[in-house]
Amino acid sequence: MKIPIIDFIYKKFIKRRMTIFIVGALLVMFLIILLQKYNILNAYIIQIINVSLVYVILAVSLNLINGFTGQFSIGHMGFAAVGAYVSATITTLVLKITPNSFSHYLIFILSLIAGGIVAAILGFIIGFPSLRLKGDYLAIVTLGFGEIIRTILNNIDYVGGPRGLLGIPKFSTFPIIFVIAILTIIIIRNIVYSTHGRALLSIRENEVASELVGINTTKYKILSFVIGAFFAGIGGGLLAHLVQIAHPTQFGFMYSFLILIMVYAGGMGSISGSVIAAFGLTFLSEGLRVGLYSLSNLLKFTVGDQWRMVIYSLLLIFIMLFKTEGLMGMKEIKVLIPEEEDIHE
Amino acid sequence: MNLDTILQQIFNGLQLGSIYALIALGYTMVYGIIRLINFAHGDFYMIGAYASYGLFSAIGATLFFGLPANQATIIMFIISILGSMAAGGAIAIIANQFAYKPLRNKPRLSALITAMGVSMFLEYFFSALPVIGPSYRGFPEIIKKQLFPIGNAVISNYFLIDVGVAVSLMILLTLIVKYTKIGKAMRAVSLDKDAAKLMGINIESVITVTFLIGGAFAGVAGLLAGLTYPRIYPYMGILPGLKAFVAAVLGGIGNIPGAVLGSYIMGIAETFATAINSLIGEGIAFAILIIVLLVRPQGLLGEKIADKV
Repeated sequence: MKIPIIDFIYKKFIKRRMTIFIVGALLVMFLIILLQKYNILNAYIIQIINVSLVYVILAVSLNLINGFTGQFSIGHMGFAAVGAYVSATITTLVLKITPNSFSHYLIFILSLIAGGIVAAILGFIIGFPSLRLKGDYLAIVTLGFGEIIRTILNNIDYVGGPRGLLGIPKFSTFPIIFVIAILTIIIIRNIVYSTHGRALLSIRENEVASELVGINTTKYKILSFVIGAFFAGIGGGLLAHLVQIAHPTQFGFMYSFLILIMVYAGGMGSISGSVIAAFGLTFLSEGLRVGLYSLSNLLKFTVGDQWRMVIYSLLLIFIMLFKTEGLMGMKEIKVLIPEEEDIHE
Repeated sequence: MNLDTILQQIFNGLQLGSIYALIALGYTMVYGIIRLINFAHGDFYMIGAYASYGLFSAIGATLFFGLPANQATIIMFIISILGSMAAGGAIAIIANQFAYKPLRNKPRLSALITAMGVSMFLEYFFSALPVIGPSYRGFPEIIKKQLFPIGNAVISNYFLIDVGVAVSLMILLTLIVKYTKIGKAMRAVSLDKDAAKLMGINIESVITVTFLIGGAFAGVAGLLAGLTYPRIYPYMGILPGLKAFVAAVLGGIGNIPGAVLGSYIMGIAETFATAINSLIGEGIAFAILIIVLLVRPQGLLGEKIADKV
């Protein structure tokens, strides 16, 4: 016998794929915390996982701009730099808080949001050129924007200038980064599959046509920049509180390229692709570091750390040559696709 | 800032602008023909610098032992120009053949990402090679530096060499593009690729020649930069490459005189900004770029292209 209310809850909440995703994510989180507690995963591996999760936030947010809206932004680290410096200034220079009480963690989260908001305001400003510029030109403007941010940060003595902002308290613990990364994925996924998301996709497919069917392309292009920048700012703040330093070179365009590589290697317009690529490339990069180190010991000959980046860049070239659309293409793993989408298949 | 300083900065700017112009020409030609921002172009410049450095270290003093010093210097300089051109051109052709050619019919952005990959590869590969290594190297002073006073400002013989080599190569390029068969083919391809193909032009060979010329110019720029600012390292191409690209955009990308004009404006603006504050000098390039793109996206000399629906 079916009890209507339980049936309703079952169908509306429990059977939803989103529920499976959230429960699965929480299980993974608790599993990692447990493994950490019993020292099966050492601090090094946890640190790599943390860095990967920050890259997940950055890659997924860049994917919203590049993959889903079809704009070409290559200065994403500029937004991250702003978020990092704003939140680190609040926690380290203004309030001088340390991670020892719950209220301080709360302030940390608020400072992250503040960093995200400032980055979003900049995203709003940088969104304007995207109304006039397309493709390559927009790419160069965003690149220039990232470099200008870096130059400005180099010149502000209050935040350390070229020395960087040192002594940032380590607020970014694994559970905090994990929860924020999952929230980022869920929010961006919800945007993509909403009415607004359809508008973004239509701009990517054909801007003129989408304007003709009455989509306010101006509004949506700026919207994607604002949202992407907001999450990049939060990611930057987390990164600063994870590595405990904010330095202008940390946000140079080489790192913007790394994020871009993750988006492209994972597949433009695939959230799960970005997640997989962020984890895969970060772990590959660290794995190569360890591998080259042991190779050096084995050969009694120093194999430079640069070979790691040589392999990394060759990998990128080969992905582009032989799997241009990236690992996932535009596909998504099923738990991230709403049930309503199934009708289209 | 008095008049002498202004004059001095203009000279410095022209010198820097000449180097940017040689890089920017390659950018703009490649973009004009295959619409690709070849991010690896700055690294061709780095390779040119290392090639000439290698030539100097390998044969510098020994080969022309019998000749008088000034004649040996001139021969050495010509050999190094040719060597840096050959190295830059060769690496450009290799990059085109292996990385860009297979992506010709794929979306343009994937070629752009590949270009970033090629750029990273060249930088890290060179810094990983034991013979080159990641550290800075001093560039040998093959030509003795001499200073000539003009009023209260000074110019060096390096200024004359840099500007002289750049301008003569620009004239050579103009002659090639205007009066030779391959130049005509290049103009045809940049105007309309498909129509050029129908007229029997071998697109791939035109692209190869474009990469060859662009790479060779970048190689010479590397030699001149090594001579003028005597310090080379595997990442030396990143910033000049970006700034030269900005210069090409400023002049109107795909437009050869525009690239030269943009480069000189850029060089002079940068030396003036650096005279005020060295850190502002780093950012001024991009600030100029953003302003130009917002006010006149097609660049100073570029033509506006209407959207085709």
